[in-house]
Amino acid sequence: MRIFDPHIHMTSRTTDDYERMAAAGITAIVEPAFWLGQPRTSVGSFTDYFDSLVGWEPFRASQFGVRHHATIALNPKEANDPRCREVLDLLPRYLEKDGVVAVGEVGYDSMTPEEDEVFAAQLALAVEHELPALVHTPHRDKARGTERTLAVVAESGIEPGHVVVDHLNEVTVGLVRDSGCWLAFSIYPDTKMSPPRMVNILREYGLERMLVNSAADWGRSDPLLTRTTADAMLAAGFSEDDVDRVLWRNPVDFYGQSGRLDLSDVEKEATFAGNSILRGGS
Amino acid sequence: MTTLNELRAAVPAQGWLGEALERVAGDPGAIGRLFPAAGRRVGRDALADVPGWSADEAARVQLLAALPADRVAAEAEGLYRYGDAAEKRAVLKALPLLPIADEGVPLLQDAIRTNDTRLVAAALGPYARHLDDAAWRQAVLKCVFMGLPLSSVDSLDERADAELATMLRGLVEERQAAGRDMAPDALALLDRLKGL
Repeated sequence: MRIFDPHIHMTSRTTDDYERMAAAGITAIVEPAFWLGQPRTSVGSFTDYFDSLVGWEPFRASQFGVRHHATIALNPKEANDPRCREVLDLLPRYLEKDGVVAVGEVGYDSMTPEEDEVFAAQLALAVEHELPALVHTPHRDKARGTERTLAVVAESGIEPGHVVVDHLNEVTVGLVRDSGCWLAFSIYPDTKMSPPRMVNILREYGLERMLVNSAADWGRSDPLLTRTTADAMLAAGFSEDDVDRVLWRNPVDFYGQSGRLDLSDVEKEATFAGNSILRGGS
Repeated sequence: MTTLNELRAAVPAQGWLGEALERVAGDPGAIGRLFPAAGRRVGRDALADVPGWSADEAARVQLLAALPADRVAAEAEGLYRYGDAAEKRAVLKALPLLPIADEGVPLLQDAIRTNDTRLVAAALGPYARHLDDAAWRQAVLKCVFMGLPLSSVDSLDERADAELATMLRGLVEERQAAGRDMAPDALALLDRLKGL
């Protein structure tokens, strides 16, 4: 079984995690830029973080046979801090990097006017740099936050197929499905979404445009929950091809739209039914 | 040492690269967006005629070399500062081929402080002649420590001295005490330094 985790914060994880992930079949990942628990207070700490996402972390992942790509953005929480706003001016440099396959995580945290402005500006950057966008939905006031998110996406002019809306649940899945955006679900030990609930959502809404991630970070989370979800799908009667579609081909299709996804190293190892799906890069 | 002309012959200035070189010559600031795109545009294959170099590196060196001479050091510094690992490696490998004196030394020092073997190796090319002896010896020792082949160190035998031999012997003792192996190329170097 091959698994692509389209959203995981490896900066916060250990080499033990990389070893266990590789052993479980998780050989491709995307690490979105987000906040680090401790708020940052200067632009310099962002650039060091972005450098790590296009430098050190891919190197670390490669030691364990895991292919690492990143998404880059000013996250919604820190968009509210005027000391961090200048990060926006530096984003174009990072959005040209080979390993950057989307703008993200953008979106809302507390739905402030500052967040509105930064969200819209970064969707415009996604269009300009011809990159897809990874959109975080707020954990508080989620349903209304998701509606507002979809309105901003529609207004920005970015193609809905270039947008994934993340951290969805039973309440928000329908809204996003109707918008034409991709749908992502973060499987957590006991909060956002669980493997059995995910299986039910896939039964009800189908596999098209569906992404499953662990969103594992510095909080209580588990980088192997993508694999647990794959196993739960099989146990519930989904086929191996269904699992491969949701947990490999879908994220490859979504991030492949950047033209920069390069899985040549890991796809040599993991081909499905003899077929390799190479997209972007060389 | 690999020359600019060898890289130009291996990755000719045609198509995207030809246009990019013209743009950079006239508008040096344009390199900020062209440099990271090089791998996507010219590919990343190893160059058969220039061992140790890839197509994207050859293109990136040419972009740096196309800058007006008085802009080279500053642009190289900025491209390294904001570069991903492949861009940083290309800047490091370009340094001995560019019209600069020792302005690139802080970039080497940064690369040697990292734990990324590709950057450490790229920092020990011909431009490392600008490193002082203490920094150079530490970098060579770090190569051995990280398991990098010493073939990545330029002018190794010319520059290796008694002090480096003492440092290497210390590492051998530690490895022996721990029951761990020492890389054969490091032992061979020590053997060559025996008389010092």
